[in-house]
Amino acid sequence: MTTAPVVRAVNLVKIYQSGRGLPVPAVRGVDLAVEPGEFVAIMGPSGSGKSTLVHLLGGLDTRTSGEIWLDGKRADTLSESGWAVLRRQKIGFVFQFFNLVSNMTVADNVELPALLGGASPRHARERREYLLGELGLTDRAAAAPAQLSGGEQQRVALARALANQPRLLLADEPTGNLDSRNTRDVLKLLSRVHRQGQTIVLVTHDARVAGLADRVVCLLDGEIVDDGAVTTRRRRPGGTAGDVVELRG
Amino acid sequence: MRQSLLALLAKEPAHGYELKQALEAIFGSAYPSPNIGQIYVTLGRLEKDGYVRSVGVEQSNRPNKKVYYITAAGREALLTWVEEPTEGPRVRDEFFMKLVLAPMTGLSDRMALINRQRRHYLGLIRDLDELAERTDPGNRVALLLIEGAMLHLQADLDWLERCQEELP
Repeated sequence: MTTAPVVRAVNLVKIYQSGRGLPVPAVRGVDLAVEPGEFVAIMGPSGSGKSTLVHLLGGLDTRTSGEIWLDGKRADTLSESGWAVLRRQKIGFVFQFFNLVSNMTVADNVELPALLGGASPRHARERREYLLGELGLTDRAAAAPAQLSGGEQQRVALARALANQPRLLLADEPTGNLDSRNTRDVLKLLSRVHRQGQTIVLVTHDARVAGLADRVVCLLDGEIVDDGAVTTRRRRPGGTAGDVVELRG
Repeated sequence: MRQSLLALLAKEPAHGYELKQALEAIFGSAYPSPNIGQIYVTLGRLEKDGYVRSVGVEQSNRPNKKVYYITAAGREALLTWVEEPTEGPRVRDEFFMKLVLAPMTGLSDRMALINRQRRHYLGLIRDLDELAERTDPGNRVALLLIEGAMLHLQADLDWLERCQEELP
Protein backbone atom coordinates (compact mmCIF):
# COMPACT_ATOMS: atom_id res chain seq x y z
CA MET A 1 0.00 0.00 0.00
CA THR A 2 1.36 3.39 -0.91
CA THR A 3 0.71 6.32 1.38
CA ALA A 4 -0.98 9.36 -0.09
CA PRO A 5 1.01 12.59 -0.35
CA VAL A 6 0.56 14.81 2.70
CA VAL A 7 -0.53 17.58 0.41
CA ARG A 8 -1.22 17.64 -3.29
CA ALA A 9 -2.20 20.44 -5.62
CA VAL A 10 -3.57 19.72 -9.07
CA ASN A 11 -3.60 22.49 -11.66
CA LEU A 12 -4.09 25.03 -8.90
CA VAL A 13 -5.07 28.53 -9.98
CA LYS A 14 -5.64 31.72 -8.00
CA ILE A 15 -6.77 34.90 -9.70
CA TYR A 16 -7.27 38.05 -7.66
CA GLN A 17 -9.34 41.02 -8.77
CA SER A 18 -7.34 44.23 -8.86
CA GLY A 19 -8.79 47.48 -7.54
CA ARG A 20 -10.04 48.28 -11.01
CA GLY A 21 -11.63 44.90 -11.40
CA LEU A 22 -8.91 43.50 -13.61
CA PRO A 23 -7.96 39.86 -13.07
CA VAL A 24 -4.48 39.38 -11.57
CA PRO A 25 -3.27 35.81 -11.78
CA ALA A 26 -1.11 34.96 -8.74
CA VAL A 27 -0.87 31.18 -9.11
CA ARG A 28 -1.20 29.76 -12.60
CA GLY A 29 -1.65 26.03 -12.82
CA VAL A 30 0.55 24.59 -10.09
CA ASP A 31 0.95 20.82 -9.74
CA LEU A 32 2.73 19.75 -6.58
CA ALA A 33 2.77 16.65 -4.40
CA VAL A 34 4.60 16.55 -1.08
CA GLU A 35 5.32 13.12 0.37
CA PRO A 36 5.35 12.31 4.10
CA GLY A 37 8.56 13.48 5.77
CA GLU A 38 9.62 15.77 2.93
CA PHE A 39 10.96 19.26 3.56
CA VAL A 40 10.16 21.48 0.59
CA ALA A 41 11.44 25.03 0.27
CA ILE A 42 9.50 27.34 -2.02
CA MET A 43 11.59 30.11 -3.50
CA GLY A 44 11.15 32.78 -6.14
CA PRO A 45 11.10 36.56 -6.54
CA SER A 46 8.61 38.77 -4.69
CA GLY A 47 5.24 38.58 -6.35
CA SER A 48 5.90 35.16 -7.88
CA GLY A 49 3.01 33.62 -5.97
CA LYS A 50 4.91 31.79 -3.20
CA SER A 51 2.87 33.09 -0.28
CA THR A 52 -0.38 32.73 -2.16
CA LEU A 53 0.47 29.10 -2.87
CA VAL A 54 1.05 28.14 0.78
CA HIS A 55 -1.99 30.10 1.86
CA LEU A 56 -4.05 28.12 -0.65
CA LEU A 57 -2.54 24.83 0.52
CA GLY A 58 -3.49 25.68 4.09
CA GLY A 59 -6.96 26.84 3.20
CA LEU A 60 -6.31 30.40 4.38
CA ASP A 61 -7.30 31.64 0.96
CA THR A 62 -9.70 30.10 -1.56
CA ARG A 63 -8.54 28.80 -4.92
CA THR A 64 -10.02 29.99 -8.18
CA SER A 65 -9.78 26.54 -9.76
CA GLY A 66 -7.89 23.28 -9.37
CA GLU A 67 -7.76 20.73 -6.59
CA ILE A 68 -6.14 20.51 -3.17
CA TRP A 69 -5.78 17.18 -1.41
CA LEU A 70 -4.72 16.84 2.21
CA ASP A 71 -3.63 13.44 3.43
CA GLY A 72 -5.58 11.76 0.64
CA LYS A 73 -8.77 13.78 1.20
CA ARG A 74 -10.11 16.37 -1.21
CA ALA A 75 -10.03 19.65 0.71
CA ASP A 76 -10.85 22.47 -1.69
CA THR A 77 -14.49 21.43 -2.04
CA LEU A 78 -15.09 21.61 1.71
CA SER A 79 -17.18 24.33 3.29
CA GLU A 80 -15.32 27.08 5.09
CA SER A 81 -16.02 25.45 8.45
CA GLY A 82 -15.09 22.02 7.12
CA TRP A 83 -11.74 23.45 6.02
CA ALA A 84 -11.26 25.08 9.40
CA VAL A 85 -11.74 21.76 11.18
CA LEU A 86 -9.35 19.99 8.84
CA ARG A 87 -6.82 22.78 9.23
CA ARG A 88 -6.92 22.57 13.02
CA GLN A 89 -6.35 18.83 12.85
CA LYS A 90 -3.73 18.59 10.18
CA ILE A 91 -1.88 21.85 9.63
CA GLY A 92 0.47 24.00 11.67
CA PHE A 93 1.27 27.51 10.45
CA VAL A 94 4.20 29.83 11.05
CA PHE A 95 4.28 33.32 9.60
CA GLN A 96 6.88 36.04 9.33
CA PHE A 97 5.20 38.11 12.03
CA PHE A 98 4.57 35.66 14.78
CA ASN A 99 0.87 36.50 15.23
CA LEU A 100 0.80 35.46 18.87
CA VAL A 101 -2.22 36.42 20.91
CA SER A 102 -0.86 39.39 22.81
CA ASN A 103 -3.05 39.22 25.93
CA MET A 104 -2.38 35.55 26.56
CA THR A 105 0.72 34.04 28.14
CA VAL A 106 3.24 32.09 26.12
CA ALA A 107 1.91 28.86 27.66
CA ASP A 108 -1.69 29.65 26.71
CA ASN A 109 -0.67 30.62 23.18
CA VAL A 110 0.91 27.22 22.71
CA GLU A 111 -1.93 25.28 24.34
CA LEU A 112 -4.70 27.03 22.45
CA PRO A 113 -4.52 25.11 19.16
CA ALA A 114 -4.45 21.77 20.96
CA LEU A 115 -7.50 22.75 23.00
CA LEU A 116 -9.28 24.02 19.89
CA GLY A 117 -8.35 20.76 18.19
CA GLY A 118 -10.19 18.85 20.91
CA ALA A 119 -7.28 17.68 23.08
CA SER A 120 -7.89 17.28 26.82
CA PRO A 121 -6.50 20.12 28.97
CA ARG A 122 -4.03 17.70 30.49
CA HIS A 123 -2.79 16.50 27.13
CA ALA A 124 -2.54 20.08 25.86
CA ARG A 125 -0.52 21.05 28.91
CA GLU A 126 1.84 18.10 28.57
CA ARG A 127 2.41 18.82 24.90
CA ARG A 128 3.04 22.50 25.69
CA GLU A 129 5.54 21.63 28.42
CA TYR A 130 7.34 19.27 26.08
CA LEU A 131 7.53 21.79 23.23
CA LEU A 132 8.61 24.75 25.34
CA GLY A 133 11.25 22.51 26.86
CA GLU A 134 12.51 21.49 23.43
CA LEU A 135 12.68 25.14 22.40
CA GLY A 136 14.46 26.28 25.53
CA LEU A 137 11.50 28.42 26.58
CA THR A 138 10.33 26.68 29.75
CA ASP A 139 11.16 29.66 31.93
CA ARG A 140 9.23 32.00 29.60
CA ALA A 141 5.93 30.11 29.88
CA ALA A 142 4.24 32.71 32.09
CA ALA A 143 5.50 35.72 30.10
CA ALA A 144 3.41 37.79 27.70
CA PRO A 145 4.55 37.67 24.07
CA ALA A 146 5.55 41.35 24.16
CA GLN A 147 8.16 40.58 26.83
CA LEU A 148 9.97 38.22 24.45
CA SER A 149 12.56 38.96 21.79
CA GLY A 150 11.65 38.44 18.16
CA GLY A 151 13.55 35.17 18.08
CA GLU A 152 11.80 33.90 21.19
CA GLN A 153 8.41 34.90 19.80
CA GLN A 154 9.13 33.01 16.61
CA ARG A 155 10.09 29.93 18.62
CA VAL A 156 6.80 30.22 20.50
CA ALA A 157 4.99 30.50 17.16
CA LEU A 158 6.74 27.33 16.05
CA ALA A 159 5.76 25.56 19.28
CA ARG A 160 2.17 26.65 18.71
CA ALA A 161 2.26 25.37 15.13
CA LEU A 162 3.51 22.00 16.35
CA ALA A 163 1.13 21.74 19.31
CA ASN A 164 -1.30 19.52 17.43
CA GLN A 165 1.37 17.29 15.94
CA PRO A 166 0.18 18.42 12.51
CA ARG A 167 0.63 16.25 9.45
CA LEU A 168 1.90 19.35 7.65
CA LEU A 169 3.86 22.36 8.83
CA LEU A 170 3.41 25.37 6.55
CA ALA A 171 5.67 28.37 7.01
CA ASP A 172 5.84 31.70 5.24
CA GLU A 173 9.22 33.42 5.63
CA PRO A 174 9.63 32.22 9.21
CA THR A 175 13.02 33.90 9.54
CA GLY A 176 12.16 36.95 7.46
CA ASN A 177 12.08 39.24 10.44
CA LEU A 178 14.89 37.74 12.51
CA ASP A 179 18.55 38.58 12.90
CA SER A 180 21.24 36.08 12.21
CA ARG A 181 21.45 34.58 15.70
CA ASN A 182 17.72 34.11 16.09
CA THR A 183 17.54 32.70 12.60
CA ARG A 184 20.02 30.08 13.70
CA ASP A 185 17.79 29.01 16.62
CA VAL A 186 14.77 28.65 14.37
CA LEU A 187 16.85 26.72 11.82
CA LYS A 188 18.02 24.29 14.46
CA LEU A 189 14.46 23.61 15.42
CA LEU A 190 13.18 23.16 11.92
CA SER A 191 15.97 20.77 11.20
CA ARG A 192 15.27 18.83 14.39
CA VAL A 193 11.53 18.42 13.75
CA HIS A 194 12.29 17.49 10.16
CA ARG A 195 14.64 14.74 11.34
CA GLN A 196 11.81 13.50 13.55
CA GLY A 197 9.73 13.05 10.40
CA GLN A 198 7.78 16.32 10.23
CA THR A 199 6.59 17.20 6.73
CA ILE A 200 7.40 20.85 6.00
CA VAL A 201 6.50 23.24 3.18
CA LEU A 202 8.14 26.58 3.66
CA VAL A 203 8.42 29.81 1.70
CA THR A 204 11.77 31.48 2.09
CA HIS A 205 14.30 33.88 0.68
CA ASP A 206 16.85 32.77 3.21
CA ALA A 207 19.51 30.58 1.68
CA ARG A 208 20.28 28.97 5.02
CA VAL A 209 16.66 27.91 5.45
CA ALA A 210 16.43 26.62 1.89
CA GLY A 211 19.70 24.75 2.39
CA LEU A 212 17.99 22.58 5.03
CA ALA A 213 15.31 21.44 2.62
CA ASP A 214 15.41 18.19 0.67
CA ARG A 215 13.72 19.74 -2.28
CA VAL A 216 13.40 23.20 -3.77
CA VAL A 217 10.44 24.42 -5.76
CA CYS A 218 10.98 27.66 -7.60
CA LEU A 219 8.14 29.89 -8.74
CA LEU A 220 8.18 32.61 -11.35
CA ASP A 221 5.06 34.53 -12.32
CA GLY A 222 2.83 32.02 -10.57
CA GLU A 223 4.27 28.96 -12.27
CA ILE A 224 6.75 26.33 -11.13
CA VAL A 225 9.96 26.76 -13.11
CA ASP A 226 12.09 24.34 -11.13
CA ASP A 227 11.36 21.44 -8.81
CA GLY A 228 14.09 19.14 -7.63
CA ALA A 229 16.36 17.81 -4.93
CA VAL A 230 19.00 19.94 -3.26
CA THR A 231 22.20 18.19 -4.13
CA THR A 232 24.89 17.71 -1.55
CA ARG A 233 28.35 17.57 -2.94
CA ARG A 234 30.60 16.31 -0.24
CA ARG A 235 33.96 17.47 -1.35
CA ARG A 236 36.03 15.73 1.25
CA PRO A 237 34.07 13.28 3.30
CA GLY A 238 34.94 13.63 6.94
CA GLY A 239 37.55 16.22 6.13
CA THR A 240 37.45 19.89 6.77
CA ALA A 241 34.71 20.28 4.15
CA GLY A 242 35.80 23.70 5.01
CA ASP A 243 37.97 24.95 2.49
CA VAL A 244 35.46 27.74 2.80
CA VAL A 245 38.09 29.87 1.24
CA GLU A 246 38.24 27.41 -1.61
CA LEU A 247 34.47 27.63 -2.01
CA ARG A 248 34.80 31.28 -2.75
CA GLY A 249 37.97 31.05 -4.77
CA MET B 1 49.85 32.79 2.28
CA ARG B 2 52.77 35.26 2.10
CA GLN B 3 51.00 37.84 4.23
CA SER B 4 49.68 35.42 6.80
CA LEU B 5 53.16 34.01 7.35
CA LEU B 6 54.59 37.52 7.61
CA ALA B 7 51.91 38.46 10.13
CA LEU B 8 52.64 35.40 12.27
CA LEU B 9 56.37 36.12 12.14
CA ALA B 10 55.75 39.75 13.10
CA LYS B 11 54.31 38.33 16.32
CA GLU B 12 57.27 36.09 17.05
CA PRO B 13 60.01 34.13 15.26
CA ALA B 14 59.01 30.57 14.41
CA HIS B 15 59.98 27.57 12.33
CA GLY B 16 57.91 26.24 9.45
CA TYR B 17 55.98 23.61 11.33
CA GLU B 18 55.01 26.05 14.08
CA LEU B 19 53.57 28.37 11.44
CA LYS B 20 51.45 25.55 10.04
CA GLN B 21 50.16 24.72 13.50
CA ALA B 22 49.39 28.35 14.26
CA LEU B 23 47.32 28.76 11.07
CA GLU B 24 45.36 25.62 11.87
CA ALA B 25 44.72 26.70 15.43
CA ILE B 26 43.47 30.14 14.41
CA PHE B 27 41.27 29.28 11.44
CA GLY B 28 40.21 25.77 12.36
CA SER B 29 38.25 23.69 9.90
CA ALA B 30 37.13 26.72 7.92
CA TYR B 31 40.49 27.23 6.31
CA PRO B 32 42.24 24.78 4.01
CA SER B 33 44.99 23.25 6.06
CA PRO B 34 48.27 24.60 4.65
CA ASN B 35 50.66 22.09 3.22
CA ILE B 36 54.04 22.15 4.93
CA GLY B 37 55.88 22.06 1.57
CA GLN B 38 54.00 25.19 0.47
CA ILE B 39 54.96 26.91 3.69
CA TYR B 40 58.65 26.22 3.15
CA VAL B 41 58.48 27.33 -0.48
CA THR B 42 56.79 30.58 0.58
CA LEU B 43 59.31 31.15 3.38
CA GLY B 44 62.09 30.63 0.83
CA ARG B 45 60.63 33.29 -1.44
CA LEU B 46 60.11 35.71 1.44
CA GLU B 47 63.72 35.19 2.40
CA LYS B 48 64.88 35.83 -1.17
CA ASP B 49 62.85 39.08 -1.22
CA GLY B 50 64.53 40.15 2.03
CA TYR B 51 61.32 40.09 4.09
CA VAL B 52 62.47 37.35 6.45
CA ARG B 53 65.79 35.91 7.59
CA SER B 54 66.50 32.52 9.12
CA VAL B 55 68.96 31.18 11.65
CA GLY B 56 69.84 27.56 12.13
CA VAL B 57 69.21 26.24 15.61
CA GLU B 58 71.14 23.19 16.62
CA GLN B 59 69.17 20.23 17.84
CA SER B 60 70.59 17.14 19.45
CA ASN B 61 70.19 13.95 17.37
CA ARG B 62 68.36 15.87 14.64
CA PRO B 63 69.26 18.11 11.74
CA ASN B 64 69.38 21.82 12.52
CA LYS B 65 66.06 23.53 12.42
CA LYS B 66 65.60 26.88 10.76
CA VAL B 67 63.91 29.59 12.77
CA TYR B 68 62.54 32.49 10.74
CA TYR B 69 62.19 36.09 11.84
CA ILE B 70 60.82 39.16 10.08
CA THR B 71 63.06 41.98 8.76
CA ALA B 72 62.37 45.72 8.67
CA ALA B 73 61.51 45.40 4.98
CA GLY B 74 59.14 42.57 5.90
CA ARG B 75 57.38 44.74 8.47
CA GLU B 76 57.07 47.47 5.88
CA ALA B 77 55.50 45.07 3.36
CA LEU B 78 53.13 43.75 6.03
CA LEU B 79 52.06 47.26 6.98
CA THR B 80 51.34 48.11 3.34
CA TRP B 81 49.17 44.98 3.08
CA VAL B 82 47.29 45.78 6.30
CA GLU B 83 46.61 49.38 5.34
CA GLU B 84 45.54 48.98 1.72
CA PRO B 85 41.85 48.39 1.03
CA THR B 86 41.03 44.77 0.21
CA GLU B 87 39.34 43.78 -3.04
CA GLY B 88 35.69 42.88 -2.54
CA PRO B 89 34.51 39.44 -3.62
CA ARG B 90 34.43 39.32 -7.38
CA VAL B 91 31.21 39.21 -9.29
CA ARG B 92 30.63 35.71 -10.56
CA ASP B 93 31.50 36.75 -14.01
CA GLU B 94 32.09 33.24 -15.28
CA PHE B 95 28.53 32.19 -14.56
CA PHE B 96 27.27 35.47 -15.95
CA MET B 97 29.24 34.84 -19.16
CA LYS B 98 27.56 31.47 -19.48
CA LEU B 99 24.20 32.99 -18.74
CA VAL B 100 24.51 35.63 -21.41
CA LEU B 101 26.33 33.64 -24.07
CA ALA B 102 25.10 30.03 -23.81
CA PRO B 103 21.53 30.73 -24.91
CA MET B 104 22.91 32.38 -28.06
CA THR B 105 24.59 29.14 -29.02
CA GLY B 106 21.44 27.08 -28.53
CA LEU B 107 23.34 24.83 -26.08
CA SER B 108 21.21 25.71 -23.10
CA ASP B 109 18.47 28.08 -22.08
CA ARG B 110 18.76 30.63 -19.30
CA MET B 111 16.11 29.08 -17.12
CA ALA B 112 17.95 25.75 -17.07
CA LEU B 113 21.27 27.44 -16.32
CA ILE B 114 19.82 29.49 -13.47
CA ASN B 115 17.99 26.52 -11.98
CA ARG B 116 21.11 24.38 -12.05
CA GLN B 117 23.18 27.14 -10.49
CA ARG B 118 20.62 27.70 -7.75
CA ARG B 119 20.66 24.06 -6.75
CA HIS B 120 24.43 24.17 -6.76
CA TYR B 121 24.48 27.16 -4.38
CA LEU B 122 21.96 25.49 -2.09
CA GLY B 123 24.14 22.40 -2.02
CA LEU B 124 27.09 24.56 -1.01
CA ILE B 125 25.03 26.15 1.74
CA ARG B 126 24.16 22.72 2.97
CA ASP B 127 27.83 21.72 3.05
CA LEU B 128 28.67 24.88 4.98
CA ASP B 129 25.89 24.13 7.42
CA GLU B 130 27.33 20.70 8.08
CA LEU B 131 30.77 22.22 8.45
CA ALA B 132 29.44 24.70 11.00
CA GLU B 133 27.90 21.80 12.94
CA ARG B 134 31.26 20.08 13.10
CA THR B 135 33.16 23.21 14.08
CA ASP B 136 34.07 23.83 17.70
CA PRO B 137 31.50 26.40 18.94
CA GLY B 138 34.35 28.22 20.68
CA ASN B 139 36.13 28.92 17.42
CA ARG B 140 34.61 32.29 16.56
CA VAL B 141 37.06 32.89 13.74
CA ALA B 142 36.13 29.72 11.88
CA LEU B 143 32.39 30.23 12.46
CA LEU B 144 32.50 33.81 11.22
CA LEU B 145 34.34 32.71 8.12
CA ILE B 146 31.60 30.15 7.45
CA GLU B 147 28.89 32.71 8.10
CA GLY B 148 30.60 35.10 5.68
CA ALA B 149 30.66 32.45 2.98
CA MET B 150 26.94 31.81 3.57
CA LEU B 151 26.08 35.49 3.30
CA HIS B 152 27.96 35.67 0.00
CA LEU B 153 25.96 32.70 -1.25
CA GLN B 154 22.78 34.44 -0.13
CA ALA B 155 23.74 37.42 -2.28
CA ASP B 156 24.49 35.10 -5.20
CA LEU B 157 21.04 33.52 -4.84
CA ASP B 158 19.32 36.90 -4.69
CA TRP B 159 21.20 37.93 -7.79
CA LEU B 160 20.16 34.74 -9.63
CA GLU B 161 16.60 35.66 -8.83
CA ARG B 162 17.11 39.08 -10.37
CA CYS B 163 18.60 37.48 -13.47
CA GLN B 164 15.62 35.18 -13.70
CA GLU B 165 13.25 38.13 -13.51
CA GLU B 166 15.10 40.43 -15.87
CA LEU B 167 16.59 38.31 -18.62
CA PRO B 168 14.20 37.11 -21.30
